[in-house]
Amino acid sequence: MEDNVKSMLQEVIERQEIPENAAYNIRSDGKAAARRNTKHIQITPKKDKPGIDIHVSGEAQKEEVFIPALVTHSGFTDLVYNDFYIEPGADVTIVAGCSVCSNGCDASEHHGIHRFFLGENAHVLYLEKHVGSGEGTGERIINPETEVYGDPGSYMEIETTQIRGVDSTNRVSRAVMQDNAKIEIREKILTHGKQYARTEFSVDLNGNGSSARLISRSVATEQSSQLFVSNMNGNADCAGHSECDAIIMDEGKVSAQPEIHAEHLDAKLIHEASIGRIAGDQLMKLMSLGLTEKEAEEWIIRGFLK
Amino acid sequence: MLELQNICFSAGDHEGILKNVSFTVPDNRFVVITGPNGGGKSTIARIIAGLQTPDSGRILFNGEDITGLSITERARMGISYAFQQPVRFKGITVRDLIELASGEKLDRDHACKYLVEVGLCAANYIDREVNESLSGGEIKRIEIAVALARKSALSIFDEPEAGIDLWSFRNLIGVFEHLQDQLHGSILIISHQERILNIADEIIVLANGSIRTMGPREEVLPHLLKEESQAFCPRETN
Ligand SMILES: Nc1ncnc2c1ncn2[C@@H]1O[C@H](COP(=O)(O)OP(=O)(O)OP(=O)(O)O)[C@@H](O)[C@H]1O
Ligand SMILES: [Mg+2]
Repeated sequence: MEDNVKSMLQEVIERQEIPENAAYNIRSDGKAAARRNTKHIQITPKKDKPGIDIHVSGEAQKEEVFIPALVTHSGFTDLVYNDFYIEPGADVTIVAGCSVCSNGCDASEHHGIHRFFLGENAHVLYLEKHVGSGEGTGERIINPETEVYGDPGSYMEIETTQIRGVDSTNRVSRAVMQDNAKIEIREKILTHGKQYARTEFSVDLNGNGSSARLISRSVATEQSSQLFVSNMNGNADCAGHSECDAIIMDEGKVSAQPEIHAEHLDAKLIHEASIGRIAGDQLMKLMSLGLTEKEAEEWIIRGFLK
Repeated sequence: MLELQNICFSAGDHEGILKNVSFTVPDNRFVVITGPNGGGKSTIARIIAGLQTPDSGRILFNGEDITGLSITERARMGISYAFQQPVRFKGITVRDLIELASGEKLDRDHACKYLVEVGLCAANYIDREVNESLSGGEIKRIEIAVALARKSALSIFDEPEAGIDLWSFRNLIGVFEHLQDQLHGSILIISHQERILNIADEIIVLANGSIRTMGPREEVLPHLLKEESQAFCPRETN
């Protein structure tokens, strides 16, 4: 593997290398660069379209699978369909994420469409990090779509991170949860320059005892802008909570469009949203410890996105 | 030495929050400011630390005019300020604040020492975030610990006793008593507590934006206590 590709990979998976016993499928510029199956995790390429099917057996307990995607140069648009079939009782961590590098003036794009079918009582922790790099003027574009189908008692956790580097992103996540199924989505995002980021969550809580929690922490700096749209539907005795917490700096813009929709008397839905500049007293406290205003801002933002 | 000269402060339509306030905090002295709620005590502290700018008047620190300096510059010259209402953050830990305050990375034991001083079981708190989950008394004690870690030439504490339980309060008095020997600096405490007034070198009574009395504890305190039993609302002078 070339050095630049290797370092892109390391950054996306946040590790030096893929652990010994983990399954993986590395996608580079639209092709499978490397793949490994394990006893409990089988990865097979799709026949009708680009992408892979990932089957995780119920025997898998605390196992990991890595499926990073890289776009290493300008002018390439990658489109991929990944389906995850998680058998009842499985417990797996999926490290996805994508890195787009632009070295010229054309755009580098990645569109990933991920579907998760969680069997009863299965647990998935899905980590997705977006990284944009390269000196080129071409835009770095990442548009992920995620669909989650949670059978009774299943638990889906999604953690997404995008800190700088990506010019345009449109993230759409949908989930349909049955009895006692639980979903938790944690999103962290920081935009700068003229970047644009849009996030849309839509969750149907169809089963009794089902629950959803969406937590979005975002920072919009310079002339960047962000839009947060959430749509939570309570169709049973369920609980939904979404919170969107945004800091704006410079000429950054953020809008939040939360919608909660209850169709059942026992649906308990809460939305909290707050947008504002860094609190003055936080800055003053850190400055009174000897930090400059700039240093204080950096500490506050780093903590906020931790 | 800290010297305030004729400080005046108004905010919006609230005029005369401070009216010609002048006093000094000499080196190695323990000065307590007391007085009724809304009298302007916290405003004084904020003006000294640079969080607010006076409409007129000067602030001198070790002979240098610091009236126009930023919070950061004053902090670096050796002024520390424990807020009346401690600030809560997201993602910043107690340890982060203690390290920032002391200006260096500290080993765990060293960082914990400051928490132990304010009576917190350090192991439970050192890695905790300074966020909404801390109780009022807990965050207040952390605020004091952070100020102790600064080891400043001038340490200001705004109502350090507020929200602190009886047992920890006794301990805290001891901490303040020893602070002077440790720091070789001056201490300015804003307090309503007789037990803190009892250990002061000097007492300033600030009411309605003006200094009503100030002087050595032996002179001021007896009057203050007598007055307190006479009238709930302190009398205006002249
Ligand atoms: N920014 C502001 N705008 C309007 N009024 C203000 C402002 N800051 C302070 N004040 C007023 O100035 C007065 C003094 O406030 P300050 O906080 O200094 O009182 P204090 O002596 O510390 O009181 P306490 O004992 O209750 O802490 C109060 O009446 C307060 O309402
Ligand atoms: Mg006050």
